[in-house]
Amino acid sequence: MDNLDQIVSEAKAAFAAISDPDALEQVKARFLGKSGQITELLKGLGKLPPEEKKVAGAAINIAKTAVEAALNERREAIRKAALEARLAEEALDVTLPGRAEARGGLHPVMRTLERIESLFASIGFEVADGPEIEEDFFNFTALNTPEDHPARSMHDTFYLQNPDGSLAEKVLLRTHTSPIQARYMQAHVAKFAQLETMPEIRIIAPGRVYRVDSDATHSPMFHQVEGLWVGENVSFADLKGVIADFLKSFFETDELTVRFRPSFFPFTEPSAEIDVAFMSGALKGRWLEIAGCGMVHPNVLRHAGIDPEKYTGFAFGFGPDRLTMLRYGVNDLRLFFEGDLRFLRQFA
Amino acid sequence: MKFSESWLRTLVDPKLTTEALSHLLTMAGLEVEDLAPVAPAFNDVVVAQVLEVVKHPDADRLNVCQVDIGNGQPQQIVCGAPNVAVGLKVPCALPGAELPGDFKIKVAKVRGIESSGMLCSAKELGIAEEASGLLILPSDAPVGQSIRQYLELDDHVFEIKLTPNRADCLSLQGVAREVGAITGTATSLPQVTEVLPTIEVTRPIVLEAPAACPLYYGRVISGVDAKAPTPEWMKRRLERSGIRAISALVDITNYVMLELGQPLHAFDNTKLVGAIHVRMANPGETLLLLNEQTIPVGGDVLMIADDAKALAMAGVMGGEESGVTLETSELFLESAFFAPKAIAGRARRYGFASDASHRFERGVDFGGTRSAIERASELILQICGGQVGPVVEAKATLPLRTPVRLRTSRAEKVLGIPLGVEKISQIFKGLSLEFKQEGDVFVVTPPTWRFDMEIEEDLIEEIARLVGYDNIPSPAPRARMAMQRLPENQRPAYRIRQMLADRGYQEVVNFAFVEESWEANFAAKTAEADLIRLANPIASQMAVMRSNLFGGLIANLVTNLKRKQSRVRIFEVGRTFHRDHEATPVAGYRQPWRLGGLAFGGALPEGWGSGSRKVDFYDVKGDIEALLSPLSLRFEKLEHPALHPGRAARILLDGEEIGCLGELHPEWVQQYDLPNAPILFELDFAALKGVRVPAYADVSRFPPVIRDLAVVVDQKLPLQTLLDGLAGQVSGMIQAIQLFDVYVGKGVPENKKSLAFRIVMQDTQRTLQDAEVDAALQQLVAVLEQSFAAQLRA
Repeated sequence: MDNLDQIVSEAKAAFAAISDPDALEQVKARFLGKSGQITELLKGLGKLPPEEKKVAGAAINIAKTAVEAALNERREAIRKAALEARLAEEALDVTLPGRAEARGGLHPVMRTLERIESLFASIGFEVADGPEIEEDFFNFTALNTPEDHPARSMHDTFYLQNPDGSLAEKVLLRTHTSPIQARYMQAHVAKFAQLETMPEIRIIAPGRVYRVDSDATHSPMFHQVEGLWVGENVSFADLKGVIADFLKSFFETDELTVRFRPSFFPFTEPSAEIDVAFMSGALKGRWLEIAGCGMVHPNVLRHAGIDPEKYTGFAFGFGPDRLTMLRYGVNDLRLFFEGDLRFLRQFA
Repeated sequence: MKFSESWLRTLVDPKLTTEALSHLLTMAGLEVEDLAPVAPAFNDVVVAQVLEVVKHPDADRLNVCQVDIGNGQPQQIVCGAPNVAVGLKVPCALPGAELPGDFKIKVAKVRGIESSGMLCSAKELGIAEEASGLLILPSDAPVGQSIRQYLELDDHVFEIKLTPNRADCLSLQGVAREVGAITGTATSLPQVTEVLPTIEVTRPIVLEAPAACPLYYGRVISGVDAKAPTPEWMKRRLERSGIRAISALVDITNYVMLELGQPLHAFDNTKLVGAIHVRMANPGETLLLLNEQTIPVGGDVLMIADDAKALAMAGVMGGEESGVTLETSELFLESAFFAPKAIAGRARRYGFASDASHRFERGVDFGGTRSAIERASELILQICGGQVGPVVEAKATLPLRTPVRLRTSRAEKVLGIPLGVEKISQIFKGLSLEFKQEGDVFVVTPPTWRFDMEIEEDLIEEIARLVGYDNIPSPAPRARMAMQRLPENQRPAYRIRQMLADRGYQEVVNFAFVEESWEANFAAKTAEADLIRLANPIASQMAVMRSNLFGGLIANLVTNLKRKQSRVRIFEVGRTFHRDHEATPVAGYRQPWRLGGLAFGGALPEGWGSGSRKVDFYDVKGDIEALLSPLSLRFEKLEHPALHPGRAARILLDGEEIGCLGELHPEWVQQYDLPNAPILFELDFAALKGVRVPAYADVSRFPPVIRDLAVVVDQKLPLQTLLDGLAGQVSGMIQAIQLFDVYVGKGVPENKKSLAFRIVMQDTQRTLQDAEVDAALQQLVAVLEQSFAAQLRA
C-alpha cells in the first residue's frame, strides 16, 4: 500500500508543478488515463483472489479519489489565476472623465419664474399668458390709465408703425403684464356668465415687457410676473399675507422683513410698494423695492364686467429679473440678456 | 420735492427725531428718497471779524491776522487765503475745533509765527464742493456766535418722491399738513393777510379759455427796487430746496411757490399793453421763453397774452421779453389756477420741465390762489418796497368738489380689519376733511388741495395710510380649495426647456426687437408690408420686431466665440411677430411662441474620448426627434432664407408644419465671420407642449421574425419617398422596417446607394411560418423593384 500513497503524493507534486491547463490534462493522463498508474492498478485487480481483491480495490479507489481531488483543486487554482490575470489586464483608469454630453440649463430668470409658478400653484394660482404686442385698451384704458397719462407717451412706451410709416396708435409693446389680468378677467366673466357667483380668479402671469429705458439698471425689455386674486371677500390684509408668505418661501428664509408703503398706480387702490429687507447677508438691513401691488381699482373690475360691490381683489407685479439678482447675487441686469455662456452656465 | 427740516419744523414740529420723521413720511406714502445733513459734523467754529492783516515775514503767501472772536481778546491767526482783508466777517475755527475730514485745529507755529486757529472757507466747513477763499459772512453777522447756529447748519435736507396723486405735498404747507395728520401734531401754517392797496393802478384780465383757466388774480406793484438783496433766510431756504437764488422778485415768487404750492409769475408791467388775455395759442404763434428757446406753440397750448402779443406759456414758463429784470420798477403779479388737463404734457412736448408745470399738471390748490398773491405782495413790499394796486379777480367755474360717500363696512371689507366710525372720524378730522356722518356712512367733501378724492376707494386709501400699512395684519391666505385639472395631454413649458437642457442646450433670452438686416437675411423680409417696425426704437439695431429667433441666436454665437467658447448649444423660447389680418387676440399681429435652437462646434464636448466630429444636421435632428418622441415626425426638403438649401428641412407633425431645421446658409456663415456653419432649428412651442395620453395595444406573446435586407437604389432617392412607397403595399405582418446602414462606394454602382433594412415581422395571435415570412419578404422586394428600380444586394 506504500505504493499507493507514493502514487498520490507523486500526483499531487506533479499537478502542483503545472500552471498551464492543457499541460495539466496531459499530466492527469499519467495517473488516471487509459494506461495511467491508477488505471493500471485497477486493471491488475482481476488477477487477485476475491478476498484480496476487495481490500486492494477499496485502497486503490481511495487513492484514485485523492488524485482526482488534487486534480480538481489544481484546475480551479489555475482557472482562478487566469481570471485574476485577465482582470488585472482589463483594469481602466477610472479617473478619466466620462464621455457624456455636457448638460445645458435654464436661463436664470426662467428658473426663478418656474419657482414662482410652482410656489403660487401650491396655493391654487393658475398661470395665464397674453400677447406682447398689445392693444392700448388692455395695456392702459382697461387698467384705468387716463388718456393723458405720461406712461402712454412715446417717451415711455414703444409704439408700432404701420407699413405706410404712420403711427399704429392702438397697438404697443406691453409695458407691464397687467393687461393679462384685464384679458383674463374678461374671459373669466364670459365663461361663468350663467353662474350667480363666479369662481374665484387666482392667477399669475409671467412674461416679457417693454419700456423705453436703457441704462445700467434698466433694460428696454425685461420680465414681470403679475398676480391677481379676485373673489367675494379678498382684502388688503390677504394681499399682505400672500406676499409675505411668497417672499419667505421664495427666499427660503424667515430672516427677512417685508414692508408695505403707500404708493400710487392707476389700476389699484389702495396701492402699495413692497420693500424687503434681509436680516443677514450682503444686503443686510437695506430696504429693497421689490414689487408694486394694491387692491384692484373698481374701474378695472368694471371694465372686465365684474361688480366691484360684490367682488374685491388684489393684484401685484414682481420683477423676476430683480428677484433673480437678489436670490443669486447677480449684480448686473444686463447679463441676463447678453447670452454669455460663462454667465448662464452658472445656473445649470 | 426738496426742503429743509428746519423750515418744515416752523410749520409743524412733532416730537420726533429726524430719522423717525423720515420713516414716518415714507410709510405715509411720501417716500423719502434722500436725507442728508446740510453740513458735516464740526465744532468750535465761530463768526469772527478780521481786525488787522500783516504780511508774514517769512512767507509770501501768508498773512498774520488779528481776529476778534467775540471774547474781547483778539487772536493771532496765520491765514493763507487770498481774500482776507481787514473788516471782513469770516468763520474761524478755534483751537480744539474738529473740522470735516478729521482735521483738528491746535495752537501751532506757522513758519515761526504762532497761530491760534484757522479762518475757514466754505469747502473747509464741508458746505461747498469748491471755494476760492474764505467764506465771507454778511457784515451784520454777530461776532462770536457759533457758525452752525448762525448759518443754521444743524439742519437736514429731505428729498421726497411724490406719487402723481399727491401734488398737494409739493409745498411746505402741504407736507406740514400731512405731517400734522399722521403725527397728530398741531400745525401753524402761514397766516396770510390781505395787503391793502395804496395805488389805484389795475390791469384788466380776460378769461378766453375759462375751462383751462377758471381763476386768475393779477395786481400791479409799482416803485419796487428789483436790485434789493434777497434776505439770507430766504436764500437759504430756497437753496436747501434746490432752487438757486437769482434776484429778489424771482426769489420771492419761488419762495411762495415752495411755501404754499402756488406757482406765480411776475411780468414787467411796463412791457404789457392793454388787458391780460388767458387764451389758447393762435395758429402760427411763437414765443421766446425765459430759457432762451423760441418755440412754435400749438393750438392746445394755453397762453398768457396782452392786447398785442403772447407773453407766456400759461403755467409752464414765462416769456423772455415780458419777464422782470433787475431794472424792473413796476410789475404785474399773476396768481392763477390752470386746469391740469390744460397743462399736462405741454412742457415735455418742448423738451423741458418747470417747477410750475410740474405742479399745475398735477393740480394746484385753487382755494389758495388768492392767499398766494397776497403772501407774495407782502414779501415784495418788505424786501423791495413799492406801492400795491388792488387785486383784480377773473373767475369762471372752478372744479367741482363732489361729496364722496364712505361706508364703514366697505372700508372694513376692503382692508380686512375692524375700524369703527370713531376711528374713521378721527382720521378724517386729522386730514382736515370736511364731512358729515349719516350713521355708518361718511359724506366727505374733498378739500380744494386734493385732486385724488373722487370715489370711496380714494377715502379707503386715506384710512389705510393713516392707520398705517404696517398696522394691517398679514394673515395666511384663506380660500376655497379646488384641484386644478391639469391636462395629461399637455406638458409644462419648463419640462420642454429641461429636456433641451439635459441634451446640452443652454437657454438664452434675447430682445424681441432686432436689427432690420436680420429680418432681411434670416426671414427674407424687406418689404414694409412684412416688417413690424417700432415707431420709437431705442436704437437702430432694435428697430423691428423679429419674425424668427435665428438672428439673436447667431449673435449669441458670435459673442461666445469672441469669448473663446468653441462649443455652443443654445435655445430660446419666445414669441415671434408676424403681420396677419386674421390674428387673434390682437388684430393684425400673430405672435406665436417659438422654440429656437443653435448647435455649433463638436458633436460631443471636447475630451479624450469624444473624437473631433463636428455637430451636424443629423445630431440636431436627433435632438428634435427625442424632444417629440414617441410622436413621429416627417422631414421634407425646405428652401429657407437662413438655411443651406441642400441641408434644410421643414418638420411636420401629423401633417402640420411645426418648424424647420438646417445648416446656416454659407453666405451668412461668411458674412457673420463664423469658422463653420451652425445648425439651427425653430419649432412651434405650442405643438411641443402637446403629448399623447397613452393608449394600450396588445403585446404579442409570439416571437418576432427578423430579417435583414439590402437594396441598391438611386443615390438621390430620399428615404422617406421609399418608405412612403411601401406604406400599405406590404404585408401587415411587417411591424417595422428599420434602416440600419447607408453605403456608397466600392461594390455599389456610381450614383447609387445601398440601403440596409432590418425587417421585423410579427403576429399577435400566432407564430409565423417560414413560408409566409419568405412570401412577405418577396412581395416587399417586388414593390421596391417596381417602384424604385431597386436591386436586391447579395
